[in-house]
Amino acid sequence: MSKNFAKRQVLPGFGITMGYTVTYLSLIVLVPLAALFLKSAGLGVADFWKAVSSPRVVASYKLTFGASLVAATINAIFGFVVAWTLVRYKFPGKRIIDAMIDLPFALPTAVSGIALTAVYSSHGWFGQYLEPLGIKVAYTPIGITLALVFIGLPFVVRTLQPALADLERESEEAAASLGANRFQTFTRVILPTILPALLTGFALSLARAIGEYGSVVFISGNMPMRTEITSLLIISKLEQYDTAGAAAISVVMLIASFGLLLSINLLQHLAGRRYQGAL
Amino acid sequence: MNASTLPTTLESPESWQVAGPQLRTATEESTWVRWLLVGSTLTFLTLVLFVPLAAIFAEALRKGWAAYFASFNNPNFWSAVKLSFLATGISVPANLIFGVAASWAIAKFDFRGKSLLITLIDLPFAVSPVVSGLIYVLLFGMTGWLGPWLSSHNIQIIFAVPGIVLATIFVTFPFVARELIPLMQEQGSEEEQAAVSLGANGWQTFFRVTLPNVKWALLYGVILSTARAMGEFGAVSVVSGHIRGKTNTLPLHIEVLYNEYNFVAAFAVASLLTLLALVTLVLKTTLEWRIQRDLEEAAKSE
Repeated sequence: MSKNFAKRQVLPGFGITMGYTVTYLSLIVLVPLAALFLKSAGLGVADFWKAVSSPRVVASYKLTFGASLVAATINAIFGFVVAWTLVRYKFPGKRIIDAMIDLPFALPTAVSGIALTAVYSSHGWFGQYLEPLGIKVAYTPIGITLALVFIGLPFVVRTLQPALADLERESEEAAASLGANRFQTFTRVILPTILPALLTGFALSLARAIGEYGSVVFISGNMPMRTEITSLLIISKLEQYDTAGAAAISVVMLIASFGLLLSINLLQHLAGRRYQGAL
Repeated sequence: MNASTLPTTLESPESWQVAGPQLRTATEESTWVRWLLVGSTLTFLTLVLFVPLAAIFAEALRKGWAAYFASFNNPNFWSAVKLSFLATGISVPANLIFGVAASWAIAKFDFRGKSLLITLIDLPFAVSPVVSGLIYVLLFGMTGWLGPWLSSHNIQIIFAVPGIVLATIFVTFPFVARELIPLMQEQGSEEEQAAVSLGANGWQTFFRVTLPNVKWALLYGVILSTARAMGEFGAVSVVSGHIRGKTNTLPLHIEVLYNEYNFVAAFAVASLLTLLALVTLVLKTTLEWRIQRDLEEAAKSE
């Protein structure tokens, strides 16, 4: 505490910066979020439950969480392959590809949405060949999953890259010298070491997918009960002037994402590093 | 196997080349596994990233350059450009000032509840875009807490420019702060203390000592916020009301054009935002190694 006291005496500006930080944070973030909770609390338990558990809402949860889980799983697998390739191998164009991994962060979600729809709809470059095979991508849950894979990919790759770069080659050499083949070394030495980072990437990608709106609405078709994600349902409640209903569903989504955030923090505590990217 | 093919190649990155003529060591994958992994990476990224990226420009130019440029000859496009610049121009500086203040308080002083404060600053990243817009509707909308008071004073926030600015501030809220806080914590406050003990005041200390140390991270945060502010869709969509020529930002303008089946114009406007995204990526990549260097220097001097 004596060090703390000394610091406070020497450097100026604690009062004003701290005061500004707390005021700005409260006005922009905390008070509006509190308004959301208060609004949905105003419904009362019975009406709240009715608002968040009607069949159309439950169908949207199933679709949103289901597609998000599938997308995060695909991202965990391919994100691992991409990160491994970028960290361990050399090939032409590697630096450009590495930089392009962040494209889904930089590209506005609405642009991603219309671009994916253009490619995978029935007249698109890929859609025209997939449709005769009986695979409809645009305006189905497959399309929604595809959009979620697109926006979630950088999370897995960017969390795994530093973890893979930090791997000590010595432990792999030790495993090899003890007679392990490459596959055994991978499953017993490499995978356990990077598992926290892989799970963090998975959870970040999942958290982003659950709340995603812009890239999904163009490709999803937005049919109630079938291709309507929860974010879109909140907007349609709002357009029908059911603000309390919209607030109630939002609270459910917020609790889901806070829960995920909490587990991500726990995982990062385990992995000993803070994710530096941006959502 | 002679001695020269043994571990000398282990440490060097050259030994990780996809098709190396040299002997495989025990910590490398066989050639076909490497080709398989590199092949999967390239195929996956092509299907998910590169082809959609190319499609934006192909669709924009489907009817030629004349039709492409005609898309920009539209008053609604220009009002969307103005509104996007306005929202970005207000939200990025506002969050920059906040980020600097917050990181000064958090990194240079000790106090109780610091980690809670950092978590609260990150909170907007955990809130989905649509909910980010909704919270302001609940506060300032006609049925919101302050709605009746605002309308009796003729102040409109929702379905008007102030709501769009607020939503943009919310979604870009943590970017600058979360870049600055870890770096300034790593750098400590010894240099600032020296400056103050030599007679510098607070502003001089900040502008001559702190700012040069964190300028790249600060710029990085500004670039990320700018990209997000220009491209935000969900949050802004909820508060905007989609009034043409008045409350449409560029992404909302794209949505309107797309829903009217005016695909060339929609993709033409999208291509501009895509170019902005590509410029963002170049700047971001360049800045990353500079920040890495700052962090390494800070770690070394400790």
